Amino acid sequence: MAVSQTTPVAQQQGGTDSIGVQVEGVARSYRDRAGAHVPALEGVTLCVRAGETLAVVGPSGCGKTTLLELICGLQSPDTGTLACAPAALMPQRDLLLPWLSALDNAGLALRIAGCSRARARVRASSLFAEMGLQGFESARPDELSGGMRQRVAFLRTLLSGKPVLCLDEPFGALDAITRQELQSWLTGALLREPRTVVLVTHDVEEAIVLADRVLVLSPRPGRVIAEIEVDLPRPRRGTSPPAIALRERALCALAQGAEP
Amino acid sequence: MRRHLRGALPAVLFALVLLGAWELYADSSGVDPLLLPAPHAMFSQLWDNAGLLWSNFTITAREVVLGLALALIVGFAVAVAIHLSPLLRRAAYPHAVGSQAVPIAIVAAPLCFWWGFGIFPKLLVIALICFFPIVVTTVDGLASADSDQLKLLRTLDASRLQAFRFAELPAAIPAALSGARIALAVGVIGTFIAETSTPTIGPYAGLGREITSDLTALQTSRAYAATAVLFVFAVACFYSLTLIEHRLAPWAYTHKGENP
Repeated sequence: MAVSQTTPVAQQQGGTDSIGVQVEGVARSYRDRAGAHVPALEGVTLCVRAGETLAVVGPSGCGKTTLLELICGLQSPDTGTLACAPAALMPQRDLLLPWLSALDNAGLALRIAGCSRARARVRASSLFAEMGLQGFESARPDELSGGMRQRVAFLRTLLSGKPVLCLDEPFGALDAITRQELQSWLTGALLREPRTVVLVTHDVEEAIVLADRVLVLSPRPGRVIAEIEVDLPRPRRGTSPPAIALRERALCALAQGAEP
Repeated sequence: MRRHLRGALPAVLFALVLLGAWELYADSSGVDPLLLPAPHAMFSQLWDNAGLLWSNFTITAREVVLGLALALIVGFAVAVAIHLSPLLRRAAYPHAVGSQAVPIAIVAAPLCFWWGFGIFPKLLVIALICFFPIVVTTVDGLASADSDQLKLLRTLDASRLQAFRFAELPAAIPAALSGARIALAVGVIGTFIAETSTPTIGPYAGLGREITSDLTALQTSRAYAATAVLFVFAVACFYSLTLIEHRLAPWAYTHKGENP
């Protein structure tokens, strides 16, 4: 539904091939329990080039998840326009279906698209080894570690076949060691399977390690208050001096945004 | 197998204690054995009338199993229909509740008029008694599906039917099976009601009939023997159902430890 509102933008840009996501002056509010309008996003403009990884950082409650749901078409904006290639969401909780094996969870989108169970399994299993999941095909989600579950959830998002991946704090619930391991894993996975990625996180270091560009959002209602290009070779370490310098810039922007 | 036997030991010991106390009371209190026979009299009846009890048991067992199956099919179908259609929920749910207030004697006569003295009207009576807990637990189970999971399925372009098939239906299975366990407990006494409220043609009419005719013929200890058979059968059914649950919904029992 987001695409239909915005075909003019998409046409100006020569279709959705050249841009992944175009967001123009988007505002979105929701009603709280008392029925009052709470603005979540205000005048957000951003553009993600096809194949680019964009990280969005901001304090809790600044509308990051709302932004991703807008991009995925789960919500529509109050004002402003959105033009996006079809986007798949990897939510904060992995939301693996407990009754399906890891392999069947990964291939869920294929099943929904009409593939037989056998064909979905064949296609998912061809990526299992590549993603470091071999040997876990028939494990149920509750038998997997947190890191493994996130890998399966990412693979499920990847296998949806959509050109844009929206990752909502994908490693937020993991311990620091596993998170670091999965960050380098994701770097490798995206090198092998390039996609347009919008990564939402509250971890500035994670944003610098993974993204080509980092946007900093203000506290609610979220607005873009800084944009940081990350022009560092991959794989990156969060502790390298240039990464630390960029992190400093992002943290400064966050601190300034927090001032009333 | 040995583990299962050891698991049954406390129940067996408890039964022995109860039987012992009962025997002591019956022998020493001077209670009329026509009112309360002693356990030894019950066991000698079990031995002496094994053939008669077995013939009646096979009839009752078939009624319980088929009646419960009918209740499961009808109850599950009603629950799914109520879940998928809010209109049907408003139209049918109050009647499902009200049906539980209808005394069987009221419906037994027309059922026999329509379907004769065979097994079918009895199955209908059992199903009428048993289907309600299955409906209630299944409706709740279907509604308990994780709303974030449903949202995720929407981002993967799942249809309403696919959301039902992949998320809601499996989420409801453990609840539906809990309903089946309640239904089973009610169903054994429901079979007694079914047998005694509808006539049967043939030499054996089931344990329920046996019990009532024994009681009127002052064969109290044989009625107790037949009751003992029902008791053991109900326990066996309950644990068989538990095994089926583990087979049908293995994900629901991984961390719950021992079942009752």
